[in-house]
Amino acid sequence: MRSPPTPEMATQEVPLNETLAHLKTESETLKSKLEEERAKLHDVELHQVAEKVEGLGQFVMKTRRTLKGHGNKVLCMDWCKDKRRIVSSSQDGKVIVWDAFTTNKEHAVTMPCTWVMACAYAPSGCAVACGGLDNKCSVYPLSLDKNENLAAKKKSVAMHTNYLSACSFTNSDMQILTSSGDGTCALWDVESGQLLQSFHGHAADVLCLDLAPSETGNTFVSGGCDKKANVWDMRSGQCIQSFETHESDINSVRYYPSGDAFASGSDDATCRLYDLRADREVAIYSKDSIIFGVSSVDFSLSGRLLFGGYNDYTINVWDVLKGTRVSILFGHENRVSTLRVSPDGTAFCTGSWDHTLRIWA
Amino acid sequence: MTIRTARPNRAQHFQPRLYCLKKLESILLEMQDTKSGVKGTEQKLNITTIPHVIAGNDTIAWISNKMKTTTEEAQAFGTMLVAYGYIYPLQNHKKLVMCNDSSLYRFQTPYFWPTQKWVPDDSDYGIFTLLLHAVCLCFKQAHYNHLHEWLNHKWDFIVMQAAEQYKAGKERKKPDRVVFDCQERAYWMVNRPPVSLSNSNMFYQQAIMRSKVKSSVSLGALVKYITTYKNHDPLLASCLPSNPWQTDHDAYWTLNMRRVEVPTKMRVERWSFSLFELLSDLRGRDDFKIFLKKEFSGENLAFWEAAEELKWGTSSSMSTKAETIFKTFLAPGAPRWINIDGRTMGLTVKGLEHPHRYVLEAAQTHVFLLMKKDTFFRYLKSPTYKDIQKKALNPEPHNFSPANLEQNALNRSPGIHPIILWQQEEEEKAKAAAASAPVDVKAMMSKIDRKK
Repeated sequence: MRSPPTPEMATQEVPLNETLAHLKTESETLKSKLEEERAKLHDVELHQVAEKVEGLGQFVMKTRRTLKGHGNKVLCMDWCKDKRRIVSSSQDGKVIVWDAFTTNKEHAVTMPCTWVMACAYAPSGCAVACGGLDNKCSVYPLSLDKNENLAAKKKSVAMHTNYLSACSFTNSDMQILTSSGDGTCALWDVESGQLLQSFHGHAADVLCLDLAPSETGNTFVSGGCDKKANVWDMRSGQCIQSFETHESDINSVRYYPSGDAFASGSDDATCRLYDLRADREVAIYSKDSIIFGVSSVDFSLSGRLLFGGYNDYTINVWDVLKGTRVSILFGHENRVSTLRVSPDGTAFCTGSWDHTLRIWA
Repeated sequence: MTIRTARPNRAQHFQPRLYCLKKLESILLEMQDTKSGVKGTEQKLNITTIPHVIAGNDTIAWISNKMKTTTEEAQAFGTMLVAYGYIYPLQNHKKLVMCNDSSLYRFQTPYFWPTQKWVPDDSDYGIFTLLLHAVCLCFKQAHYNHLHEWLNHKWDFIVMQAAEQYKAGKERKKPDRVVFDCQERAYWMVNRPPVSLSNSNMFYQQAIMRSKVKSSVSLGALVKYITTYKNHDPLLASCLPSNPWQTDHDAYWTLNMRRVEVPTKMRVERWSFSLFELLSDLRGRDDFKIFLKKEFSGENLAFWEAAEELKWGTSSSMSTKAETIFKTFLAPGAPRWINIDGRTMGLTVKGLEHPHRYVLEAAQTHVFLLMKKDTFFRYLKSPTYKDIQKKALNPEPHNFSPANLEQNALNRSPGIHPIILWQQEEEEKAKAAAASAPVDVKAMMSKIDRKK
């Protein structure tokens, strides 16, 4: 970025119309060149490569647990690394930590605001983070003592100028990545509450984010109301790749387990797969009969299955390679707002506006 | 999402926050009082002087004193003033925070306060963009093309207005002009932050130059991943002895805990898929360390682990960690000196003079690649790995009758709480660190000398 203007530069006369036209043509040329480069490498489609792959067998997945306890719409959930505990947050301001295996509620916190849209479990299992309409992300250290008042140890970490839409710990309990309705994402130091890096580039609310599962762990992807999915470098704050093929808000983004691709779910009722190395969209998962938006997506452990939670109360299971729908799951009595596969891939959990969470396997 | 339907996609609705913003404004007026407000100075910018400049630490002290709060709270309040655009930073103007140091700020002119009823209009932005271009700030060029499309019908009007404003601007005195430019830019930074660092043309250029891979290659890799992990996906293949969610029996989790004596065959097989898998599973990392100890080449992994601790640690611990890492791994004659190429070593040591989170990135990548391309493959062929493969368990699949399953459902095991596991893990780490720490003979000696 250039330094601020010196008074000398401020007095220069620049023919405005000429430079405008020049920039416009330059932009058009660059755009078409980029499309040309991409087309050169576009030598095969995903379903063609998938022809040689064995088809999937019959699918039987059932609700194995129903977690009741929230008094209002469940908005978000996250798994603990122990593969059985979860944290969930709802519209009434409650954040609950459950042992989903036994269905016991272990902790409950009441946030000072309603619509807690984001929650996350710390990698150590010793804390949870949450936030929403309070524009903040707060961290609550958990305790073995069930009678302890968790709100007393609450730590306010992130501060945005609009609602918090998503949050995630990085590889440790010490840093949190957040996305907000103010159009930005940010990385925070938990201990001091310091802003480490902010990410500007979305033209509207950012609704979701996911950290890359890679050796370096330096990138993440975000999706927003501007229909864009952006890939960011956490070190520099730069947007390194951008994809704009959805026709409406992107509600959910999730990396493919190898980190070389990611899936997105949108209000346009489609899920899409983007290949980061080929730098383009490689699959669209949709059906004429699916009209309602996707709120949340996640991959199974191998990456073969893509689960999508939809606003028409159902869960659609897609074959990532062949592009076909493998199964449709019913059970929730209102829209599915959140969906995550467990850390060891043995099950996935959904949260819904019907006030419950379900574990499927 | 329902809560968004009433709001337009861009530009925030100010109405719901008016009440609290009005409260902020009365405080701001007090802050600007010449006698009892935050003390201001002048700031030289090239040959111009900007008046009424305030320092971050002074502002925070004023807020803390006025509102009778802690410095922490005052700093958070100050950051909100910056984030909402009432105060703008003069130096790092892209980071909208208030720093508790000598960083410089200015009060934003009330014309640009968020409570002013006008919503930032696209055509105002168009004028602003043209003005900035006229004074050669090219980071705004990104938006030309988009704007031109949206504002096509108003474009001539905009160019006319811009020309007029530009002429009027030229007639202002130089210091006023610089101040006004700063104010305006600050306003747009809050209300429509530009694409960070590059304009969209530069973004396209970078995108063109970025190395891309043929679809057949990258899609092939996606398929390969799925094929490799197919049998390890519990939702596609059976997991042994059984999926806990399906049978209510948690043997699968107990057999795969962090510190089992003997891991399962599937787990050991997964370690061979990549170095990343091996290191991500701490049990696998332990096994790798046994192999490295036998080869007397544990320093690479130790350095990699230390670099991870630095990268993901708290900001406050960084300089101490950086110093320890330098003394242990990088200094000439260090007890666990790592063998990296001269150029990387030079860059890293220089970077450590002013340590930051990513200072070890180059060295860490180099070490990781070394392990990935050489050590990892030797490990897979080693007696250590072959030994653990032989010993690994292959549990029999559960065969529960409906009566068994009912019993299981009534007796679901609570397992061990993650907090307890975490405490155990920390204890083990501390023990291991104490055991392998190089004894600093010189320090020990001088300590003994001082006691005498």
